[in-house]
Amino acid sequence: MAKKVAVIQGNTACALGAVYAGCNFFGGYPITPSTEVAEVLSEELPKVGGKFIQMEDEIAAMASVIGASLAGSKALTATSGPGVSLKQELIGYACIAEVPCVIINVMRGGPSTGMPTGPGQSDVQQAKWGTHGDHATIALVPSTIPEIFSETVRAFNLAEQYRMPVQVLFDEIVGHMREPIEFPEPGELEVINRTAPTVPPEKYKPYDTSFGDVPPLAAFGSNYRFHVTGLNKAQDGFPTTKAEYVDAEERRQVRKVESPENAANIEKNEEFKCDDAEVLIFAYGSTARSARYAVNKLREQGIKAGMFRPITLWPFPEKRVAALGKQVKAIVVPEMNLGQMILEVERVTKGSCALGGVHRVDGEPINPDQIMSKVKEVM
Amino acid sequence: MSYDYDKWIRPGKLPHIWCPGCGHGIVMKGLIRALDICGLEKNNTAIVSGIGCASRLPGYIDACTLHTAHGRAAAFATGVKMAKPEMTVICCGGDGDGTAIGGNHFIHACRRNIDMTYVLMNNHIYGMTGGQFSPCTPTGAKASTTPYGNPDPIFDISKLAIGAGATFVARTTAFHATQIDKLIAEGIKHKGMAVIEVVDDCPTTYGRRNKFRSVVDMMKVLKDTAVPVVAAAKMTAEQLEGKILTGVLYQENKPEYCEQYAKVIAKAKGA
Ligand SMILES: Cc1ncc(C[n+]2csc(CCOP(=O)(O)OP(=O)(O)O)c2C)c(N)n1
Ligand code: SF4
Repeated sequence: MAKKVAVIQGNTACALGAVYAGCNFFGGYPITPSTEVAEVLSEELPKVGGKFIQMEDEIAAMASVIGASLAGSKALTATSGPGVSLKQELIGYACIAEVPCVIINVMRGGPSTGMPTGPGQSDVQQAKWGTHGDHATIALVPSTIPEIFSETVRAFNLAEQYRMPVQVLFDEIVGHMREPIEFPEPGELEVINRTAPTVPPEKYKPYDTSFGDVPPLAAFGSNYRFHVTGLNKAQDGFPTTKAEYVDAEERRQVRKVESPENAANIEKNEEFKCDDAEVLIFAYGSTARSARYAVNKLREQGIKAGMFRPITLWPFPEKRVAALGKQVKAIVVPEMNLGQMILEVERVTKGSCALGGVHRVDGEPINPDQIMSKVKEVM
Repeated sequence: MSYDYDKWIRPGKLPHIWCPGCGHGIVMKGLIRALDICGLEKNNTAIVSGIGCASRLPGYIDACTLHTAHGRAAAFATGVKMAKPEMTVICCGGDGDGTAIGGNHFIHACRRNIDMTYVLMNNHIYGMTGGQFSPCTPTGAKASTTPYGNPDPIFDISKLAIGAGATFVARTTAFHATQIDKLIAEGIKHKGMAVIEVVDDCPTTYGRRNKFRSVVDMMKVLKDTAVPVVAAAKMTAEQLEGKILTGVLYQENKPEYCEQYAKVIAKAKGA
């Protein structure tokens, strides 16, 4: 049987990907350019018995998502710019309390109200460092409409698997662009649900590390009852200030994402013509579309260019970028900000190759010509 | 009547953090009696709070408990209730938590008339952070950030709740301990948003600065300023000056939010 195909916006693909992943709760607040995610889900979720609620602000939206997830839902929120800033405190809450949830950030220019209808990629470091305190981050950066669908599914999987908030960042360009998509059949993409406890209720501890770095999570309203707090807590979920507990919990929560084995499972990259590349373009999101074009053009001109495209941006693909940094003469990093991920590339390549950034914050996409001239400049 | 306190106190979590003479403990005891009166099931009861001394309450109760972020209890609780409408959801917290930083969530939970019971402990101050003024600190009173007396006017929490659309609003004080359980129980049984304002005290950060010699003095004020709504009906405006009305202040039946959303689901599925 032929698959269902359609030409849809990135934001619609995101909403439909969420439904595919089993999302059954959305809490949001309207903001351009992410609003269509909410609009589509307000229509789709009740059809499958899910809940959609438009809250009074983005803080409330994030709070409702965490509450719903603790009651056993697969929960999502979507926002942009100022809305992402407002959510930061509670993203930290979801980190420390280890509550699975997905946050969509359709990036626009900024800071503040900035350029509501223009694209940007200036929230990529905020995704990592936006909330206060030490914590690990998982952030995905799809660059096509089908990929927005599948990465939204993967975001839910990672959130459920690692018991934490997962952010998906794409920008206004792909959020609003229409592209054909072939919808995967049910069962075609893997859908992962959180591990529920199997111990008797009286033995249950919500942060029981005898089950590994990601303890099973029960739901409110099931046979298990437990306490959840944003304070540093012991394995039983109750607040503690005991140095050894706090230290162990903080380190575990970072380790569950950043340990080499876990990071390897979370990382996902595309390498385009990297094998013999002498110059590398490190590009993500919609900018990678221009970068791919630039690679082909440069190759036509006899320049051995390649593109490294992280699909998981955080945790940062340190090892692979470091290795490529030793292989190539130069890395060019185009991004719609004044230089954010280039700092990571610089950190991990440790001066092994030349570096050049292409930066734009005028609400216009970075075009292949700009990337190509930078490549020629740094070579 | 005797109440089963042991059933609801979480094993191993006492003593609590509250100061001697703090009103929050009296409210917790009242809440436990209400849980008992309503015959609730622990696994089906969620107690959600924000941040503050009052908000530490859920940790001591053996139920599904969620200690959230400052001001956000009502918003977290809305998510829990929407996800599992069959659960009994109770919010609790202080006046600062519920009406300053959390004021927006509080009024919108009232407006939606979502089936929750919000027990708001109004001790007129930010206790946990050492006594800064809240939106409920009386004008002229001393707080650590009003060394010259408080220039701000106050919120009347119950009026705010009624104005915002809550369909059950009641008030009592920590002095009227036996009324606390009855009003909370009525709130729990009420279908829709119920707000129970319990006026209590913070001897440590408010009493001390405002010339109360003892907790007994603070309790006396609660006793003397409280006027039951029935009695108030026969009193003049002059007589009611400086008094607070207690009892059920407002009650009506209106469509409840989760039930309304169930209709949305039915429509979407039928369409
Ligand atoms: C976002 C944020 N801002 C400020 C604080 C600091 N803070 C903690 S408790 C509190 C006030 C609590 O007062 P109230 O809600 O009236 O409860 P009480 O302690 O008096 O019971 C404040 C301001 C915080 N925890 N989070
Ligand atoms: S500081 Fe005030 S509100 Fe906090 S526990 Fe002590 S008396 Fe109660």
